[in-house]
Amino acid sequence: MSALLEIERLQVDFGRTSAVRGVSLTVAPGETHCLVGESGCGKSVTSLAVMNLLARGARRRADRLAFQGQDLLGLPERGMARLRGNAMAMIFQEPMTSLNPAYTIGSQMTEVLRRHKAVSQRAATERAADLLARVGITAPGMRLGQFPHQLSGGLRQRVMIAMALMCEPRLLIADEPTTALDVTVQAQILRLLAGLQRDLGLGLLLITHDLGIVARVATRVSVMYAGEVVESATTADLFANPRHPYTQGLLRCVPVPGKVRRDEPLGAIRGTVPRIGPGFEGCAFRDRCDFADASCARAVPRHAAGATHEYLCRLAPGPAKTAA
Amino acid sequence: MLRFLVRRLIVALLVAATVMVLAFIMTRLSGDLAISIAGPNATQADVEAVRKAYGLDRPLVTQFFDWAGRAAMGDLGESYFFKSRVSALIGERMPVTLTLGISGLLIALLVSLPLGILAAVRENTSFDRVVQLVALLGQAMPSFWLGLLLMILFGLKLGWLPISGTDSWEGFVMPAVVLAFSAIPALTRLTRAGMIQAMGSDYIRTARAKGLSRASIILKHALRNAAIPVVAIAAVQLGFMLGGSIVIEQIFALHGVGFLAWESIAKNDFPVVQSVVLVLAVIYIGLTTLADLMNAVLDPRLRGA
Repeated sequence: MSALLEIERLQVDFGRTSAVRGVSLTVAPGETHCLVGESGCGKSVTSLAVMNLLARGARRRADRLAFQGQDLLGLPERGMARLRGNAMAMIFQEPMTSLNPAYTIGSQMTEVLRRHKAVSQRAATERAADLLARVGITAPGMRLGQFPHQLSGGLRQRVMIAMALMCEPRLLIADEPTTALDVTVQAQILRLLAGLQRDLGLGLLLITHDLGIVARVATRVSVMYAGEVVESATTADLFANPRHPYTQGLLRCVPVPGKVRRDEPLGAIRGTVPRIGPGFEGCAFRDRCDFADASCARAVPRHAAGATHEYLCRLAPGPAKTAA
Repeated sequence: MLRFLVRRLIVALLVAATVMVLAFIMTRLSGDLAISIAGPNATQADVEAVRKAYGLDRPLVTQFFDWAGRAAMGDLGESYFFKSRVSALIGERMPVTLTLGISGLLIALLVSLPLGILAAVRENTSFDRVVQLVALLGQAMPSFWLGLLLMILFGLKLGWLPISGTDSWEGFVMPAVVLAFSAIPALTRLTRAGMIQAMGSDYIRTARAKGLSRASIILKHALRNAAIPVVAIAAVQLGFMLGGSIVIEQIFALHGVGFLAWESIAKNDFPVVQSVVLVLAVIYIGLTTLADLMNAVLDPRLRGA
């Protein structure tokens, strides 16, 4: 099956800081591709770069950036606006502030459909009500007439999801859609996304820092660190056989009931994500890595550990060094 | 929404009552009214007669409620100097002031809204910097000076516009422009600041992610939120223009309410002064209440308050 979204060697710079350095990934129809990593490692910037929603002053380049085979790099803003909200939709991390406080839910939902498709206001309102019901909102008719401030955070995020689905997108980019919500709502939203994806067959690029979410919903995972994808594999493979020391560190930070003994301390990765400027060489993780030596300051090779498993580390592909 | 309306109106009435007390007290503080009415050549007996005739011998509280009661019914008393009803005097001068103030505000909004929006959308470009510089210069320029400069250029040198009077609409052009000029800097800067804030907000990112047109993003989604402080300030500016056009009305010899106030103060015509203050205050209160209502229409979150 041909890919829905193809990113090859995407680079995003803000002034003298490189936020995204050579990220490559693909999302196939019906697939959930999770992008994981700590805060500040370039996950959101990658997604905004795909949508061409980067802040002014950001520079984006790539070898290839294509959606359904169509090149997005050379696409003028007008053409991009025709895709956004239509064939490719996005939901954000901040449900509390992502809706316009001055307009009703109904007006904000129908607006996107009427922008992209020739439908009557009446038909658009019906579709909005249908979708609200579908994302588990009771009394959708009443909600359509309400303003964002009259809804809780969980409801607003459901509205954002329903709004993103108005034009039946092929690709949905969800940037930490559940981070701002409490755990019970989180689970509901994830179940909702998984169900919608199954029913509608859309490709989902899910950005998260929560490995519990990854384990539950992802088909494929890309682990990002300091603007690079350091490891990419199918979910089962990544959890069973993590190769990159950073991935291993991330996995050790998550308690697994039955696997972690009570008296054993939970893992932690020392230090924080560095800022990377131009001309940086070698592995960005080396200052925090237990296996690092002098050779890590040189260019890092990309290793394959199977047909669908790649990682960026000079450590030879051998038995995984899963400590603990 | 109805509760909001009722509450705003109650507040407006309370403010109006406070202004009445203040207007009354301040005219009394300016000296013995009986002496100034009777004139410089009056004897002690004349002054006493005047005091009795105008009811100024009664306790202040009685005088206040007498005046306030009538004023509330629309009876503002009689002018000592013009020998006519104060309400008639104000009614006859008001159209000039209203025309001037409203056209001034319209000109100001027509200039400052587009300038503020464009400056915000092109933040930190040379266009933005020029707009900010012009706003700064505008704020520093006294309106009487600008009025005189315009008169010299358009009235005397070019002869395009009359330099005084209200015989035709052309007489209003220069004074309205001068009035507008005093409001343009604040309104432009407020629009610019509000638009910059709105354009950087999450809901604008959502609007862009929805693929909306640039016009819809700027004019529908951002401007509606940026307009709230602008509406509030525009109402206050209109109040200033109506009450504060004294200088402009003087320069361009427009016989409006400002001119009337100046004449009455000079002649110690206290019923007129008192009434002009009251009428302008009531208009001012009406405008701020109107602005609050407009904001409640613009921002649904304000309706519950």
